[in-house]
Amino acid sequence: MTIEELKRIKEQTLPQINMRHTHTVENETKYKHQVLVCGGTGCTSSGSGKLIDEFKAQVSAHGIEDEVQMVRTGCFGLCELGPIVIVYPEGVFYAQCKTENVKRIVEEHIIGGKVIDDLVYHEKTTGEVKEKLSDMQFYKKQSRIALRNCGVVDPEKIEDYIAFDGYQALAKCLFEYTPEQVIDIMLASGLRGRGGAGFPTGLKWKFACGNRGKVKKYVCCNGDEGDPGAFMDRSVLEGDPHSVIEAMAIAAYVIGADQGYIYVRAEYPIAVKRLSIAINQAREAGLLGNNIFGTDFSFNLEIRLGAGAFVCGEETALMTSIEGNRGEPRPRPPFPAVKGVFGKPTILNNVETYANIPQIILKGADWFAGMGTEKSKGTKVFALGGKIVNTGLVEVPMGTTVREIIFDIGGGIPGGKRFKAAQTGGPSGGCIPEANLDTPVDYDSLMAIGSMMGSGGLIVMDEDNCMVDIAKFFLEFTVDESCGKCTPCREGTRRMLEILTKITDGKGEDGDIEKLEELANTIKTTSLCGLGQTAPNPVLSTLRYFRDEYEAHVYEKRCPAGCCKHLAKITIDPEKCKGCSLCSRKCPVGAISGEIRKPFVIDQSKCIKCGACLESCKFGAISKK
Amino acid sequence: MALTKEQIAEKTEELKKFIAENKNMPGPLMPIMQFAQEKFGYLSLETQILIADSLGIPVTEVYGVATFYAQFSLNPKGDNVISVCQGTACYVKGGAKVLAKVEEQLGITSNQTTPDGKFTIQDTRCLGCCGLAPVMTINEDVYGKLTPEMIPDILAKY
Amino acid sequence: MENMINLTIDGISVSVPEGSTVLEAARAAHINIPTLCYLKDVQQIGACRLCLVEIEKARGLSAACVMPVSEGMVVRTNTPKLRRQRRVNLELLLASHNRECTSCVRSENCELQALCREYGVKEYPYDGAKKETSVDTASPCVIRDNSKCINCRRCIAMCNNVQQIGAIGVSKRGFKTKIGPIYDRSLADTPCVNCGQCIVACPVGALHERESIDDVWAAISDSEKYVVVQPAPAVRASIGEEFGLPMGVAQTGRLAAALRRLGFDKVFDTNFGADLTIIEEGTELIERLGSKDAALPMITSCSPGWISYCEKFFPEFIPNLSSCKSPHEMEGAMVKSYFAEKMGIDPESIVVVSVMPCTAKKYEAARPELGRDGMQDVDYVLTVRELAKMIKQAGIDFAKLPEEKFDDLLGESTGAADIFGATGGVMEAALRTVYEKVTGKTLEKVDFTAVRGTEGIKEATVDLDGKEVRVAVASGTANAKKLLESVKNGEKTYHFIEIMCCPGGCVTGGGQPIVSSKDLQYIDLKAVRAKALYDEDKNKKLRKSHENPEVIAIYKDFLGEPGGHKAHELLHTTYTAKPKY
Repeated sequence: MTIEELKRIKEQTLPQINMRHTHTVENETKYKHQVLVCGGTGCTSSGSGKLIDEFKAQVSAHGIEDEVQMVRTGCFGLCELGPIVIVYPEGVFYAQCKTENVKRIVEEHIIGGKVIDDLVYHEKTTGEVKEKLSDMQFYKKQSRIALRNCGVVDPEKIEDYIAFDGYQALAKCLFEYTPEQVIDIMLASGLRGRGGAGFPTGLKWKFACGNRGKVKKYVCCNGDEGDPGAFMDRSVLEGDPHSVIEAMAIAAYVIGADQGYIYVRAEYPIAVKRLSIAINQAREAGLLGNNIFGTDFSFNLEIRLGAGAFVCGEETALMTSIEGNRGEPRPRPPFPAVKGVFGKPTILNNVETYANIPQIILKGADWFAGMGTEKSKGTKVFALGGKIVNTGLVEVPMGTTVREIIFDIGGGIPGGKRFKAAQTGGPSGGCIPEANLDTPVDYDSLMAIGSMMGSGGLIVMDEDNCMVDIAKFFLEFTVDESCGKCTPCREGTRRMLEILTKITDGKGEDGDIEKLEELANTIKTTSLCGLGQTAPNPVLSTLRYFRDEYEAHVYEKRCPAGCCKHLAKITIDPEKCKGCSLCSRKCPVGAISGEIRKPFVIDQSKCIKCGACLESCKFGAISKK
Repeated sequence: MALTKEQIAEKTEELKKFIAENKNMPGPLMPIMQFAQEKFGYLSLETQILIADSLGIPVTEVYGVATFYAQFSLNPKGDNVISVCQGTACYVKGGAKVLAKVEEQLGITSNQTTPDGKFTIQDTRCLGCCGLAPVMTINEDVYGKLTPEMIPDILAKY
Repeated sequence: MENMINLTIDGISVSVPEGSTVLEAARAAHINIPTLCYLKDVQQIGACRLCLVEIEKARGLSAACVMPVSEGMVVRTNTPKLRRQRRVNLELLLASHNRECTSCVRSENCELQALCREYGVKEYPYDGAKKETSVDTASPCVIRDNSKCINCRRCIAMCNNVQQIGAIGVSKRGFKTKIGPIYDRSLADTPCVNCGQCIVACPVGALHERESIDDVWAAISDSEKYVVVQPAPAVRASIGEEFGLPMGVAQTGRLAAALRRLGFDKVFDTNFGADLTIIEEGTELIERLGSKDAALPMITSCSPGWISYCEKFFPEFIPNLSSCKSPHEMEGAMVKSYFAEKMGIDPESIVVVSVMPCTAKKYEAARPELGRDGMQDVDYVLTVRELAKMIKQAGIDFAKLPEEKFDDLLGESTGAADIFGATGGVMEAALRTVYEKVTGKTLEKVDFTAVRGTEGIKEATVDLDGKEVRVAVASGTANAKKLLESVKNGEKTYHFIEIMCCPGGCVTGGGQPIVSSKDLQYIDLKAVRAKALYDEDKNKKLRKSHENPEVIAIYKDFLGEPGGHKAHELLHTTYTAKPKY
């Protein structure tokens, strides 16, 4: 492919799909309407595949195939409300769309030209009807760079990507910039790795530049998104795979590599499929392979599937895994820039990092550096989950406060419950308590309060969540996922988990908290890799902000959140109890007794806290605290 | 699912062909093992020996990789594979209770197969459908926003 | 001239070659940094985290065993923080370690125990669940006790990388990480060749040999039994180490004295068997060289680990193996025939005990091919470590013993036999005899230095009066593999090859005294122990096997011709291909 051909594809395709941005139907546009249906993992799980079939059936039943284009996109972000349908040119947002609604959308909206009020999105908090994406609270405060094409393009069509300036950044680098100039742009943009550690991307590239053209080098992409609760990388790969491919080609040009590997979790089948399609299309178009754009730059790309090991998100472990070994980390130095995959200089960036790069090249370092805070530029994608109204994916400028993300975009806590903490950084991160809700999200601010940016999982917890239990949950995860190579991580995390289990089982003793701290300290400072070095963070940060909860468990044998089964006390409120005896019949150990139509009581010495009574009571008289 | 002798022979041929085509690529072990896992549903000792011998590496190396990654399985799985997500988002919304219910209903624990070979429960960390938490999948079917009460009816479908 | 790097360690300036690690630099500054997973030349993986040091301006702590030095580096190896972290990591190892130290085979020679003592571990604060463990006792040679394993992986580095056998590996992950054969099998059911290198690599008691001490004591105290002992050449090179005597000095006289004091009825010497082997093997070589269809190269058969390796990994070379039994088996066969006949003792009542630097010899002794009339040629094999224990149990002050001689008939030997214990030694001994047999001339210069030294593969061409004989020597199975593959693919042709299973030969065999990884940093064990044997050879009057008067006598009185019918019946054996799994 030549630059001219690239331009021609753009000119041909853009008018057809530009209504997704402009909301106007241009003269040369073939289709009058476009129906975008989310084909991300969340919406696919909620049945978006059937929706598309139904749309196609309805459209053809009405004989308007030539007027309506059906597009299966990547993730829109608001997974909670899937499956999601957007109808252009208006850009009307239909949430939780059911197959039986399709007929109405086709007949009333597409043919009849009338937005269907009872099907469009309603703000969950206020109940307001919001027709368009851009009006929604969830989208208003976002600025999308990494996700700019997600939910906009058809990820299985390279033309869609090219229409929105795809592969022009690569062309620009090849024809207008030397590798050094590209590095300068990257450095000036202030882009830092989005995988967690936040290392400046330009610097990483610079380190791998030596001996360009003289030695074999590799460019790798970390798509082994292992943080349970983060799924932004998957969404980018599902929604906009070409942006990653283009950025990797740019990186390869800069350091002088001719081979790349994208390491993706095998658990992400849709992402893997779309990525394979995209790589094949790029290869066919000559955007991968030999002599790209007729230059002497050649770059090939292969997918390697992660096989289910969290530690492979760590860079050296990922490389050992690409080499076909147990994904165990290696000591650094040597750093990957010197000795990486197969012993050759290698750079490794994560998916989200790459997704930013073409835009930085096209719009300039100043544009990117104009967003964010002093030391953290640009935007960050967060996966909102847990006890939050709008679960999903959001991209916000660095420096947005945690409060804005959770309450303005995320819609706050459901069920009128009280916010307790937000967890970022997954098993490597920490908790942000209410007092720190106004912390701006950037690498350094989060680090300062004992959490971390991590890959961007943001899980919200309310008053019903026990922080000791949460710490235990993360430790269970790291114990399972520790590779077993180094002593502190292999042995120490297990011992920490045992102590936490003891505490949540109500068997905590004086000195246990101190032992946890001693172990956490040793594991943090002496582990071989990032997994071990950060494994104690969930414990350290909950100890920092919720030490009283630990102490309540250990010294008072009480779980303040009423979550830890062994510490919970189930009681019957005599005011509310009608004496129906249902609970007593449900109780498997005969701990509840009483007279019919009089309040029943629970014998605490017999109660095994199974909660059967709780579920059985029709009057809400039984509670667990 | 138990494979017949003929199926095993046929799949072994496919594996041999795949190995021949891929053994010279850099780092061939994992892609070959993934192919075998996909074909057979598990990695038997015979399969591991075949792979090791073809690549000229010790069987211990293949076994070491097979037991390191969650994707590989040394035993055949049940007809229906159940994954109850234990990712963070699911956990805070009660994923553990859902798993407990599934385990109770089937009388097995995670990473076990029912004696009749009908169900296998598989350890799962984050299926990436956090919006539907808590989530479980049975084979290709996804069940979201679960409560323990929903489990018996769902299992009854299989 | 190597590029030198200057750095400071604990305030001491040192200068070391570029590419050295901080650990090596510290050694140069006479500072000892604790290690467990590090084993010089075998494994550097930075996994145990005991060697962590503080380096100025570096982020976090660095593992000294893998951290390369750089100019101007400032290192601290001994700070309160480091001492504390090391102690906690030791306590963590102890939490899942089987701490039955008093009954442990490695008590007092345990690297973990030593470090715990040094770092003042006083309690076990983190006790909890132990690991799923098992004791594998099915192998005839090597016992594995996972309850003591600390996951340092030195055994695996030895088995997989150094020896390239791959009998054991790492499986599972995290706390469940397990070291051992696949599917929790026994070593007996793997490609293991019983070399025992895993044992000498193990810092703790997770691996040790199957002991025969009690059986041997029982035989000695049984008045019905006539118990004969024979130590291998390499035993004299190392036994002194077990009693605090200097390394690299042979203790031949004290060894004979100690064996006699243990109560053996006869103290013979495997060296005699070695000389006998040379006569038979030399004869076989000369025959093969003269025959058109004999398999060449001929390969030595003294090392039972190598024999197992050949049977399991290179069965196509079985025809190339010399049919000669190994020296102690020949010696045993002679004890139960020639000696029994001469002394009028019922061979059934004779118990032959071999003291070997080897664990594979235990398996060899039990091979059905090696015996006749329902009797094994050798009944029990003790390692050097086991013998040392027996000497200690018997209260013998080894270091103060007088020097004694071996008993007559099967106790005399030449210098050619001594060097059997070092890689290249069998080759050199054979060449001394073959040269004289083929040429009929006296060999003036007996030292074939081309086949000496500790390199893994050595080659030489020997001129036998106009006939060129190409020879090669390999020690360690990985080197054997390399050599055999070059022969197999036609890249190399040889007439005669010596292969020893263990790297360095028998002086560093799997049954030898265990030297801690700390001490191994300072010495080249293979060379030091080999020197003891070459010194023995040098100091002997007779240095060619065919000059051994007792060997000459045995052919004259009993065996007849070398390679003759009787010799074949008693001194030769057969091999069979065996599956790896």
